[in-house]
Amino acid sequence: MSGAAVATAGARAPGLSRSMSRSRRVKDRAFRASLWACGFLALLPLAFIVWYVLVKGVSALNLDFFTKEPAAPGEPGGGIVQSFVGTALIVGMAIGMAVPLGMLAAIYLSEYGRGRLASAVRFVAEILLSTPSIVAGAFIWAVVVVAMGTFSALAGAIALTVLMWPIITRATEEILRLVPQELREGALALGVPRWKTIARVVIPTAGSGIFTAIMLAVARGMGETAPILLTALGQDFLTTNPVAPADAVPLRIYNYARTPVLSQHAIAWGGAIVLLAAVLVLSITARFLANRQQRRIR
Amino acid sequence: MSGVEAVRQEALTDDLGSRRIEVHDLNAWFGSLQALRDVAVVAEPQAVTSIIGPSGCGKSTLIRCINRMHEEVLGARVSGKVLFDGQDIYAPDVDPVEVRRRIGMVFQRANPFPTMSVLDNAVAGLKMVGRLSRGELRRRSEQALRQAGLWDEVKDRLDEPGGKLSGGQQQRLCIARALAVEPEVLLMDEPASALDPASTLRIEELIQDLKTQFTVVLVTHNMQQAARVADWTLFMLYGQVVEFGPTRKIFTSPDDKRTEDYITGRFG
Amino acid sequence: MGTRLGNLRPNARGTPPLRRRSRLGDRLFKGLSVSMAAGLIALLALLLVVLSVGGYRALSKFGLHFLTGRNWNPVFGREDFGALPFIFGTLVTSAIAIVLAVPVAVGLALLLNEMQLGWLRNPLAVFVDLLAAIPSVVYGLWGLFIMKPVFDHTVEPFLTNTIGQVPAIGALFRGAKYCVETQVGNPRACVKFGYNSNGGDLFTAGVILAVMILPIVTAVTREVVAVVPRDLREGALALGATRYETIRMAVLPYAKSGIVGATMLGLGRALGETIAVSMVVGNGLGIGPSLFRPGYTIPAVIASEFREATSVGVHRSALLALALVLVVVSLVLAALSRMRVRRTARLVGGPTPAGAAEIPALEVTG
Repeated sequence: MSGAAVATAGARAPGLSRSMSRSRRVKDRAFRASLWACGFLALLPLAFIVWYVLVKGVSALNLDFFTKEPAAPGEPGGGIVQSFVGTALIVGMAIGMAVPLGMLAAIYLSEYGRGRLASAVRFVAEILLSTPSIVAGAFIWAVVVVAMGTFSALAGAIALTVLMWPIITRATEEILRLVPQELREGALALGVPRWKTIARVVIPTAGSGIFTAIMLAVARGMGETAPILLTALGQDFLTTNPVAPADAVPLRIYNYARTPVLSQHAIAWGGAIVLLAAVLVLSITARFLANRQQRRIR
Repeated sequence: MSGVEAVRQEALTDDLGSRRIEVHDLNAWFGSLQALRDVAVVAEPQAVTSIIGPSGCGKSTLIRCINRMHEEVLGARVSGKVLFDGQDIYAPDVDPVEVRRRIGMVFQRANPFPTMSVLDNAVAGLKMVGRLSRGELRRRSEQALRQAGLWDEVKDRLDEPGGKLSGGQQQRLCIARALAVEPEVLLMDEPASALDPASTLRIEELIQDLKTQFTVVLVTHNMQQAARVADWTLFMLYGQVVEFGPTRKIFTSPDDKRTEDYITGRFG
Repeated sequence: MGTRLGNLRPNARGTPPLRRRSRLGDRLFKGLSVSMAAGLIALLALLLVVLSVGGYRALSKFGLHFLTGRNWNPVFGREDFGALPFIFGTLVTSAIAIVLAVPVAVGLALLLNEMQLGWLRNPLAVFVDLLAAIPSVVYGLWGLFIMKPVFDHTVEPFLTNTIGQVPAIGALFRGAKYCVETQVGNPRACVKFGYNSNGGDLFTAGVILAVMILPIVTAVTREVVAVVPRDLREGALALGATRYETIRMAVLPYAKSGIVGATMLGLGRALGETIAVSMVVGNGLGIGPSLFRPGYTIPAVIASEFREATSVGVHRSALLALALVLVVVSLVLAALSRMRVRRTARLVGGPTPAGAAEIPALEVTG
């Protein structure tokens, strides 16, 4: 209220900066400064993390790192090839499951979804986005791991699917909604059945936008540790068996960081560099594509 | 009505008679808002029937009811009859997809498919539904583009995306696209309203050509356009039919005072 | 002539017109997409059912003690499951995260939405979002090897010597005075300068969490701030109000409820964060006023004990019960938050246009 009164007083003396009381000016300056400080504070950790991961991890990167199984603790050399293979296996299977599930759900929401079921699905997808990843892990542990009697890459992939399905659904829905209604009508008016309209006009037009949604989900899935830990457990040897325990890069980082062995710390940093690079490249590319896509469609 | 009958008889002799559209007691809603009230109109084969009226009078809704596009809008509803070929297109066993294939539509804003080339856009309907060979598709594409009077302008840029053409060319591409699936009726919803005068003229000439083969229904807010191209004209106000008759009569000696006011520009 | 035509009708091409074809493609496609959408609801239901059924044995055996007991002993025969230390640790780390992150997030949202940043705006927004893309384990690694030593040797002693001397709230910032039982096998994890020098602690974990939830709180706050109508702002500016006064008078009052919603969503994220926290929180069972002592959180205990947890005793059931508690709390927070943000949008500006902030995955949730 007092702010309004002061403001009116200010308006009565137009153009004279002197007329603004000193305390008001100081307050405004302090406020602006504190906002800038927030911006600075937010950038600090990103810079520090990227910097330290680069500095500490780069020395671990060599051919062995990508091609060898781990050396015995204390012995030099060795790599974490099984982690890379495991991550590829788990994330690959998760993409195979989550992409069709998520895309079809998104198609329902954007192309057919009307009424109560649609709003219920949308709401559930939104709150599923907030499921703690450890809970997805515990859920799949209790269902799949216990039923199969073994930890496995497959269980890991299912746990990631639980996390990625709602992400792909919501992101793809938003992107399909950007496709102009006129294009749908244009195809329908030619006597094209609805499903072909969706498959041949709506989805190709959304094009790279859908790819963006998938990339974001993959970036999320790739970096997850907790759900993989509870379902795939970890593995010291190279395997591509989907029903055997599997390793993953984040899992390896987690395990090595907690040992007292210095050479393993170095490998953990090396893993972090690879993981961070992959995740950041995916996220930045996705964002770039999304921006371009939105401009193209509109 | 005797004129209508005459046209009808004439049309029957060359198997175009089945392309007549009759609208009876048509009501349409958007949610709780009623957009059409008890509309009745006939569109004859080999003629252009234009629908005129101020914006918001329901003319676009009416034309969209004729090929069941109205129901694509969220919350939209229709009651009444639209007879095509003597069959009610709103009968329960009728497939809206089939209706739309035989009653083509051109929209106000040109909407070529951005992911398809000019060539593919022209035969998009055939490509998506049928299983025609490449050569056949190309032949049909050329035929449609020629029919739409676009071939000479685009024959060297057939592989460019449809969106790269000028506005008028895009609209003719959409007309070609509608013609390629060989409809029997062509609905045009203000096809020239977003175009420059030269492009508009080309579209109007095209409409004159097309009416020799199709039943054409044209929505326009441009009265001169209706006067130039239409054989029959329907004047609508607030979702209701005010007057329907031969274009010349509507524009020279309308029966209704409101029609006269609108024609002479006195209407609000 | 007429009869012949009549026979040819209804269609000169000889096909029965307009009749509905089976349209298998349409039905199949719609059926599939409906079931995948409904599948999301089924997934949530299944998740809740599985965790409830799994956690039932522990919850029924220990009842309220499960939430209030301070002893957690999975050794079969002497089993006792009181999860209070984990609940305590989870709440404390999350509270630290909220206290630190929310003001910065609000400031950041105002900076991005209300100040004329020009070309700087987009890169800044992207960098903030990228914080959410960094994997939890990388935060943990960084926290453990880089941040924790600095906190142990510099930040926390400094806080102990300054705020720690203030009566009442000072107790929060004084070091733990004793070794913690669970640090068995690591006898060096003891007192040095009056604070725990080797294991992690609640404060360090809270600060890491603050960084991790900053992007999501910022994104939701921006979404809320963005729906405050432009004319309110311009009205205030036209009265001669400064930027500060405009924001205080015209923006914050409308955004307040939404900021609470953003906070709740951030809280939900913080409660469920596992790996980074478990790496720096110290995994100690004690409960006490000091923030500089080791703690343990619900997700961390699930992650570290699931391997030993069998169905012989109720250990597995106890862990599933913890997961149930966690998911129920985070889902309720998420739902409340979503409704609040929606209501703000509706109160101030009608339906929101689908802006970038509305696209959940574009926030790159972490």
